[in-house]
Amino acid sequence: MTKTLDRRDFLRVSGIAGGGLLIGTTLQFRARDAQASELPTDADFAPNAFIKIAADGKITIIAKNPEVGQGVKTSMPQLIAEELDVAWDSLIIEQADSDPAKYGPQVAGGSTATPTNWEPLRRAGAVGRALMISAAAQTWNVPEAECATMGDATVQHRPTQRSLRYAELAAKAATLTAPDAATVRMKAASEYRIIGKPIPGVDNPKIVRGQPLFGIDVTVPGMLHAQYVKAPVFGARVASANLDEIKRMRGVRDAFVIEGGTQLAGLLPGVAIVADSYWNSRVARNALKVTWAEHPTAQQSSAAFRTKATEFLATEPQRTLFAMGDAPAALQGASVVQAEYEYPFLAHASLEPMNCTAHFVDGKLEVWAPTQNPQSGRALCANTLGIDQANITIHMVRGGGGFGRRLNNDYMVEAAAIAKQVAVPVKLVWTREDDIKHDFYRPAGYHKLRGAVDAQGKLVAWDNHFVSFGEGNGFAPAAGIGGSEFPAGFVPNFRLATSTMPLGVPTGFLRAPTSNAIAFVYQSFIDELAHAAKKDPVEFRREMLAQFAPPPPPTGNGPRPVFMDAARMRGVLDLVAEMSGWGTKPLPRGTGMGVAFHFSHRGYFAEVVQATVARNGTLTVDKVWVAGDVGSVIINPSGALNQVRGSVLDGISEALAQEITIEAGATKQSNFNDFPLLRMRGVPPVEVQFKISDVPPTGMGEPALPPVIPALTNAIFAATGKRIRSLPLNKHDLRWS
Amino acid sequence: MPVSLTVNGTRRTLDVPDDMPLLWALREVLDLKGPKFGCGIGQCGACTVHVNGNAVRSCNLPVAGVANANIVTIEGLSADGTHPLQVAWQELDVAQCGYCQAGQIMTAAALLRRTPRPSDSDIDRAMTGNLCRCATYHRIREGIHRAASIAANDDAADATATDATAAARAQEAL
Repeated sequence: MTKTLDRRDFLRVSGIAGGGLLIGTTLQFRARDAQASELPTDADFAPNAFIKIAADGKITIIAKNPEVGQGVKTSMPQLIAEELDVAWDSLIIEQADSDPAKYGPQVAGGSTATPTNWEPLRRAGAVGRALMISAAAQTWNVPEAECATMGDATVQHRPTQRSLRYAELAAKAATLTAPDAATVRMKAASEYRIIGKPIPGVDNPKIVRGQPLFGIDVTVPGMLHAQYVKAPVFGARVASANLDEIKRMRGVRDAFVIEGGTQLAGLLPGVAIVADSYWNSRVARNALKVTWAEHPTAQQSSAAFRTKATEFLATEPQRTLFAMGDAPAALQGASVVQAEYEYPFLAHASLEPMNCTAHFVDGKLEVWAPTQNPQSGRALCANTLGIDQANITIHMVRGGGGFGRRLNNDYMVEAAAIAKQVAVPVKLVWTREDDIKHDFYRPAGYHKLRGAVDAQGKLVAWDNHFVSFGEGNGFAPAAGIGGSEFPAGFVPNFRLATSTMPLGVPTGFLRAPTSNAIAFVYQSFIDELAHAAKKDPVEFRREMLAQFAPPPPPTGNGPRPVFMDAARMRGVLDLVAEMSGWGTKPLPRGTGMGVAFHFSHRGYFAEVVQATVARNGTLTVDKVWVAGDVGSVIINPSGALNQVRGSVLDGISEALAQEITIEAGATKQSNFNDFPLLRMRGVPPVEVQFKISDVPPTGMGEPALPPVIPALTNAIFAATGKRIRSLPLNKHDLRWS
Repeated sequence: MPVSLTVNGTRRTLDVPDDMPLLWALREVLDLKGPKFGCGIGQCGACTVHVNGNAVRSCNLPVAGVANANIVTIEGLSADGTHPLQVAWQELDVAQCGYCQAGQIMTAAALLRRTPRPSDSDIDRAMTGNLCRCATYHRIREGIHRAASIAANDDAADATATDATAAARAQEAL
């Protein structure tokens, strides 16, 4: 399947102060064929400005997207710099503010930055280079064909070896009509000097010196410090609070109730405390006594969700999401494999707690926010505060981890509402407990799977009753599954059906949303089917991939289901089997290998885990092998390796011990002592290889995560014979004898 | 009551509440933003600084408890960002989001002072209190070994070829 990017690129050139040149293009960014589990990309048609060439020779490239550790502040400018043909080390990389009219979509989500920007940003750079060549040719009065850029911000006239620096050509270039970005010559991949090179992150020098860089480091003159205390039960209103006492405390400037609304992703009710220092705000908070109004969500709990799910799974599903053939009929009389799976709510727990600095003056709001989604934050603040979006300035500050948490802007609207009340700049910094207890959680889910293999061991039927959260025909945020999700199209009789229950707990996108849960369920159940068919788990998967028979495309103009490319998945499956020595190594009892693959965010990943379970049940992840296919080039191999290893360890961390438990409508866990992250001593070696496919490159931040969880649980089965059908693993007794 | 202490080589007297954690005195009173707030209960290590040469969590350490102590933050680890760990961290492109890295480097610096050639298990032991949510642990480990090597000057020539080395290593790893 080929993914293309629509583009209609026009160019604007203008002189800038100091005799320099500003090159912008009007670009259309649109990634088609997005999976249901991905975020929609903005299709705004917008003028942009990415390159500044100053008369003093300084060349600045704008990094357009929010940076939360995924590396786009480096990799996106690489695309522009490559085609502009300049030396990377000479560049100034500048973080853009939020301005989609100027820069196009600015979202860190869905692993969309690479597929959305791959073509437009290279074209922006290529137009700049073409202008430099035109300006040089006119200056020398020679044909353009005799001129070439030299990779160091110079143009050379080849026959005479004369050369001019871009800085010297900028003023001339600013008077020229730009070439059509849609047809401008771009480099062949063989000419790349910057794309495909492991370039260290542009903020590394600041990071290793501890210089201010993150949202929490923002300082604005005259700034006060705020706490915002919300009810443990999501959305409960303030009945009363000891505000008079709090207002008398050391350093406290104000304390007040914010009524808030009922939308879980909006401004929720709470008490704001504003003080002259963080610590004074925190001490006052410790003395705060609030009586919260009763709220119906207090009736909800993880235990009650599980009870309800069990009831649903014993009955017919409420509705079918996708079907091919007739799975229920095909299961009649067949030798059926049946299993129930479940996974818990999860928090994001990015290391930098949610924070935002805001200043509201004369009806205008200025915010400094480590956000993954500034534009939706702007809309939320505008709607909540009743001001025009045009009166909001958002500075995108580096975020200390995102993982999808900062796609929601609750902390931004809280800071904005507090700033509006106190009319001086305010920095709101959440506690870790706020962060764990007021997340937008990866939703829990429950599945009953039934499958059948025929006498030849071929998979003939797959029926999945998925119990999730939502009301009517809608799912709670991030709680649905796309109908065409694998193994749809790979089983002749297939049904994905669902039943849903209402949820008062906020949910949202966690790195590789949906995939981070269903890969565990599906790839574990495929392992169960492989064993039922008495086939090797890799071989069984190869046979499944060979069975690809998608339904005819729907008529009409509606969205078309996206199926993965079986050949690309076969490629990474074969590669990881070879890398890991699958099936070739005798392993002692208690040690086993597990395999899994998953397609998400346009990326293909197959992974093998070797794990050892001691007789006393102690689990050790010995090694992980990863094979990935994300297209024709790895834009930054250093950043890519970081993303893949990070995703794999993130998945292991989730599987081992992470769980958010809802009790009486509130989150039980509070900090890293009860929501543990992987630590240094638990880190296995992770070997990574990429397979190159002749399609445009796609994103790296997410797709390596999902397969590692089932590869691990399948390895535990291989090691011990114990099938893991729920997470986290620390709730299982893995002892064997 | 005012508290005197030495921070990055300079004697300072701070007039802050006794119960204020050292972290917030450093960040807000002295404007040293390197030490980070992560958990507030000494679980994550993002706030790590040196107190009399030991790596210590500053988020739950009252400033009154470190009167007259010698404090070093990431800002004071070297004058110009050339401590072997700072060099190695850039050479190996360790950081993802980067939020934990000042704490990681400070813990690693205390380790290297005691154990100039740490083994992997020395590293496991010393670094276990520092969380990295992005899980850059492989490169943190490599970075500590690399810094040990730079400090020992075993391959000074190699140490100058920063980008080329990172490139070669990343390519090799892929």
